[in-house]
Amino acid sequence: MRSSVGRVRGLGSAKEGTHHWWNQRLTAGSNLLLMAWLLVSLARRPSYDFAEMHAWLSSAWVAVPMALLIFSVFYHFRLGLQVLIEDYQQEQARVASMVALNFFSIGLGVAALFAILKIAFGAE
Amino acid sequence: MTVSILHRATGDGMALVGSVLLVWFLLALAAGREAYDAFRDVFTLADGRLNAVGWVVGVGLTLSLLQHMASGVRHLVLDTGAGYELKTNKRWALACMIVPAILTIAYWLYLGFK
Repeated sequence: MRSSVGRVRGLGSAKEGTHHWWNQRLTAGSNLLLMAWLLVSLARRPSYDFAEMHAWLSSAWVAVPMALLIFSVFYHFRLGLQVLIEDYQQEQARVASMVALNFFSIGLGVAALFAILKIAFGAE
Repeated sequence: MTVSILHRATGDGMALVGSVLLVWFLLALAAGREAYDAFRDVFTLADGRLNAVGWVVGVGLTLSLLQHMASGVRHLVLDTGAGYELKTNKRWALACMIVPAILTIAYWLYLGFK
């Protein structure tokens, strides 16, 4: 039994459907811009020693896009690996893999943001 | 079909390996000179040039990223319902393998000669 407004909104009991699909595309677009920036910015460094790279990442013009890149890329790859798990794992193994995936992507993402902010806010 | 499999392989490969390397790079840079030099030593020789690991990882990640980008754009186009005619589809699938290879060579030539 579906109310007519429910039918119009196209929502079943899950209350969502295209959310994963759409966010994967949305972050695909932002990844395209941010990774293009990273490739160009890295290629243009005169050297890759500690002082040069540290000075590079301490600039707001690098730290902000890098933090955005971490959000966008990590969200995107979390969704991508979720599809891989859903395709090849069933039942308990699927649940365990999804928990591991969340720990992996959120853990790594927070570590990356910490490193970026530490450098950007000038701690040595 | 090959391009679709490549898209998954490069995407999941970068998600598992590339992400760890990127975070290692950022954490090492934040931890200080010693940690960063230890990171760098894994991929370079004593004189600063890339070693075998550096070449494989560097070129491999560049090629994976550019291949994933190209087939990703292709998927966005296919999502709109365009490009399913047999010839067009085949042409773009082929481009998704050739263009990233050319761009990867160009990128590393630029890095080598700049």
